[in-house]
Parts: sequence; C-alpha cells; structure tokens
Amino acid sequence: MKKLSFDIVLGGLLVFGFTYLVLLIAGAPVLDAFRHIWLGAFSSSIKISQVLSVWVPLTLCSCGLLFTFRANLWNIGIEGQVTMGAIGAMAVLRIPFIEHPSLVLTLAFLASMLCGGAWGLFAGFLKTRGGVHEIFGGLGLNFVSQGFILWLIFGPWKRPGIASMSGTELLPRKLWLASLPGWRVASAGIIIAVAVLILTWLFLEKSQLGLKLKAIGQNPKAALLYAISPERFYLQSIFIAGSCAGIAGFLQISGVYHRLIPSISSGYGYLALLLVMLSGYRIILIPILAFFFASLNVGAIQLPIVLQLDSALSGVIQGCCVLSALFILGIRQRRARS
Amino acid sequence: MIGDLSLPMLIASVLAASAPLIIIALGETLAEKSGVINLSLDGVVLFSAMAAFVVAKETDSLLLGFFAGGCAGMLTGIVVGYFSIYLHLSQVAVGFALSLLCRDLAYFLGNPYSRVQGPAMLTSKLPFFDALPSSLQIILTQPLTVWFALLLVALIYFFFSFSKAGLCLRSVGENPAASFARGLNPAKIQMMAVLAGAFLVGIGGAAYSLSLKPGWGRPQGAEGIGWIGLALVIFGGWNPIRVALGAVFFAFLQVSGIGLQDLFPGVPSQVFQTAPFPLMIFTLIFMHYSTSRSRKQGTGNRLQRLAGKLFMSRAPRGLGQSYRQE
Repeated sequence: MKKLSFDIVLGGLLVFGFTYLVLLIAGAPVLDAFRHIWLGAFSSSIKISQVLSVWVPLTLCSCGLLFTFRANLWNIGIEGQVTMGAIGAMAVLRIPFIEHPSLVLTLAFLASMLCGGAWGLFAGFLKTRGGVHEIFGGLGLNFVSQGFILWLIFGPWKRPGIASMSGTELLPRKLWLASLPGWRVASAGIIIAVAVLILTWLFLEKSQLGLKLKAIGQNPKAALLYAISPERFYLQSIFIAGSCAGIAGFLQISGVYHRLIPSISSGYGYLALLLVMLSGYRIILIPILAFFFASLNVGAIQLPIVLQLDSALSGVIQGCCVLSALFILGIRQRRARS
Repeated sequence: MIGDLSLPMLIASVLAASAPLIIIALGETLAEKSGVINLSLDGVVLFSAMAAFVVAKETDSLLLGFFAGGCAGMLTGIVVGYFSIYLHLSQVAVGFALSLLCRDLAYFLGNPYSRVQGPAMLTSKLPFFDALPSSLQIILTQPLTVWFALLLVALIYFFFSFSKAGLCLRSVGENPAASFARGLNPAKIQMMAVLAGAFLVGIGGAAYSLSLKPGWGRPQGAEGIGWIGLALVIFGGWNPIRVALGAVFFAFLQVSGIGLQDLFPGVPSQVFQTAPFPLMIFTLIFMHYSTSRSRKQGTGNRLQRLAGKLFMSRAPRGLGQSYRQE
C-alpha cells in the first residue's frame, strides 16, 4: 500500500513536471492553464454532464478492450468499430416506416452491436485466416471505416441540397435519448455503461470465458494442449470488444450528436487503449481513470478561447500519464530482478 | 494517364511524393532489423515535421530545419530505446503511447506557427540539365530530398549486405543471445539502430513540412503516414530495396487518388486518401499465403514459385522481444 501511494505520487510528479516543461516552452501561464482545465470540466452542471457524456464511450471501449487485452490481442481497430457501430445505428434510425420510437432505438442498439462486432470479427479473421497482424489489420480497417463514413455523409446520406463536413441531417426529436432536465447527458447512456462495466467484471473474473482468455493470453501454445483453441477465443474476444465499441457509437449518435458526423468516434477508441494500459488492465480502475481522462478532454476544450492554446494539451497529459506509469513499472521490475 | 497528368508529370509527382515515405520506412527498417519495433512512427513524423518547420522559420535556414527534425526524431528514439531495451517493457505499448503523445505535443507546441508562411525547399536543377530532353527535365526537376532518399536506399542496402556493422546489426536482430556469446553488445547495438532509425524518421518528417507539404497546421497532411511507413516495412519484407519500391507504389496510389478525384467529383478527396490502407491489407494477406505456400511445397508451378520468391519474406527472428542478458 505504501509502495502504491509512493508510485502514484512519483507518477503525478513526473506528469506534472513534464506538462510544466511543455507549457513553459509554449510560453503559456502554467497555473492558469491548469485552472482553466479544472473550470472547463467542473464549473457548472452542464460541464459535468459533458464530462459524463465523454465518460460513457470511454468506459464502453475500455471494457471491450479488457477482453482483447486479456487474450493478448492489440485491438487497435476499436476506433473503426465505434465508427461502424454508429453507421449501423444510423442506418436503422433512418428507416422511415417504423413508427414506435422505442422499437427503432432498440433495433438501432442491436444493429450497432452487430456492426461493431462484425467489424471486429473482420480484423479477427484477417489475423486468424489471413495472417495479418491485428495491429495492421485493425489500423487499415480504421481508415477504411473513415472513408466509408465520409462517403455516406457526402453521398447517399447527404443533407438535401448541401453535403458538408458538418454531417447528416438531425434526427427527429423523438429519436433522441432522454436526459434529466438541466443535464446534457443521456441517462440511458450512463445506465448502459454501468451495466457493461458490471457484465465485463462478471465475465472476466467469474466465468470460464475469462479464465480461458487468460490462458490464451499468457501462453497460446499451452492453451492449445488443453483443447482451448486460441483462434476461437481471439474471435470471441474481438467480437465482444467490437460490440462494446458499437454501443459507444450508438450512444454517440442517439445521445450526443443526434446525427452522423465524420469524426463520430472522436478518437475515444485510441484514448481507451491508453486508458486500459494506464489501468494495468484492472477493471476497478477503469471508471475512475475514464472520468479523469474525460474531464481532461472536456476541460481542454475552452483553452483555445481563453488562453489561445491548442486543446491538444489534454492529449499531452494523457500520453504522459501512460508513459510515466510504464516507466515506473519498468523501474520497479528491474529492481525486483536485481 | 490519370486525370490531367501527363506521363512525365505523373512520374515526377510520384517520385516527389515517395521521397519522405522512403526515408521514413528505411528508418524503421533499420530499427526493426535490429529487433526493435518502433511503433511511435506516426506521432514522430508529425512531431519532427513541426520541430523542423519551427526551427527553419525562426532561423530561416532549411539545413538547420532538417537537422532539428532529425534531432526531434532522435529524442523520441531515446524514449523508445530506453523503455524497450533497458527497461524491457512492451515495445508496442511504449510505441503506441508515444505516438499519441508526440502527435498532441506537435499540435500543442506548433499552434502559434500554424498557417504561417515559412521557408520551403525549392526544386533544384542538375548540372547537365539543359542537355536533356524536355520530358526527362520534368521528371528530374526534384527537390534535394528525392536524391537524398535514393542515395539512402543504396547506402542502407550496402550497409546491410556488405558491411561488418550491418552484419552485427542483423545478427542481433535474429538472435541476440548468440550475438552476445560472439562478443557483441546487443543492447548497445539495438539502441544505436533505434536512434539512427529515429533520426531518419525525423528527417522524413521534416521533408513533409519543408518540402512536400510546406508549412504547419492542424491537420498538417502527414497524418497517417507513419502507419503507412510501418506497413511498408512489412510489405518490403525488411529488404531496403523492396521497401523503397513499396514506398514508390504507395506514392503512386496517393497521386492517382488525386487524379481519380477529377473523375468522380462527388466523392470527397479523403475517401481516396484511405485507398492505400485496404491495399496494404490485401498485400499482407497475399504475402502470408505466398510465403506459407512456397514453404509447404517446394515445387509448385513456375508462376507460383516466382510469386513465392517475390513476396517471400521473414521477419527478423528476435523482432519485438526484448533480450535479457543472463
């Protein structure tokens, strides 16, 4: 326990020191920058609800990634899986003849899971059948899905008259997920994210699947001897990851943007990869760290306006957190060996 | 002929577009041949492009700009090398985190310089230029980066194939334990390879912001290039000449994408820019099959054997594993 708190303090110092240095180089007021990030994230209930609406997709993607990391797969394609989930949801939401809003939303939810999962399976099959490493398959598919969404927005789904980067037409109000008065985050999104968190915990810690994934991740050859086929579990885990990412895409559409925009995934997939690495693959830390990352993201939005700084500062802090954590881990492992 | 481009123009623009890619991919080849995957390429390209542009703008010197780009790359190489070689951490994890960090760092620090006019490298004439036919003149009107990239291909090829240092580097990449037994220092050799490779990647990034797509901004235009560079190394089977040919091929795809845009005006240009990625996947699948097939049956028909030879490749045996001295 003492060791852990020491590590956290050391990591915090490293991150703070590096960010301080970066801000000094940029010639920016250091304390002001931190203060504005804090204000940007927590100064009003609207801001806090914005943080929560970023927390939801981050948590969902991270839960999915826990499955693939457990099987020692680097599911870098999660970004594209979010995008494809959003596209699948949008395709259902655009069906004109279903009257009942809750039916359409349920169907869209299922479609997003299926589309995201299928996109994950695609990368999985590329690995098991095509011999394409999942990093390259996943990355390639990310760019393919990006091209696909752009084609949809500028082609078949364009707004009547004008096609632009601002996206498709807004959905009718009845297809927006409801939120509590005064809050700008869909309550259903938070409920879904919490439910997925609990389910992920149950699956990974209390089920056969979790155990087998662990066996494969740690030693695929030995797992094969115990009649656990790595390929099948690779595919299963990447399908689950894709489905979680797909749900995130669905919520981005029906809960946040209410339309399809080119950057619908907003880089949350990549950010979730960082987050899961930082958590050391421990599910208990996921919701806390997701909240931390989300508040950085939201807090940095107003930096360009108040301080003329680029909002990429949040990414600098997040990346630095992960590298510091890795550094501490490496140092500690080295000390344990010698 | 694609769009409005005539053949000499097409060749010229493909050559120009391939130069930074060649430099970046060769830098990565150098690191991977020694057994270290540097996954941070995509962010490092942007970071060094930013550093190069800022320094060139402030000092008004292109040479210093390129040097700064290389140094910025090398700085990230220190992180990759120290974390993966000396701390034995996962090379993929370190590279990925560093890639995102460098990208955001580039956007953050480069913000005051975005969309600012700065120095850009012009095309230079060769000494015997006027004696050449006009179509050759068009092809050979290139910035210095193109000649540097072509020279680098030859240099790296000879380094790997005919020099003792190259042999040491390759042996460390194949089997660090055996190299250690033969009196080499694997960690030191890997570190040097990573640093030299990262320096080249930095030069490649500088070639974007100072020559091919002059200037800095968000987006710069070099986004995604690092990932293509990583794929090219596999595509080229860790052989410098094939890596360079792959870079030329992908540059051709990019250029023809711009040409195709004239043919399909309704489709946004970003859709064509993603074209190299599905093709990368196809080539990787094709490589996998031809490699495994030609290994299984030594005698196929002649065409199969040829395809096998062309696409046959093997990663350095020690790639991605960190070596612990016993």
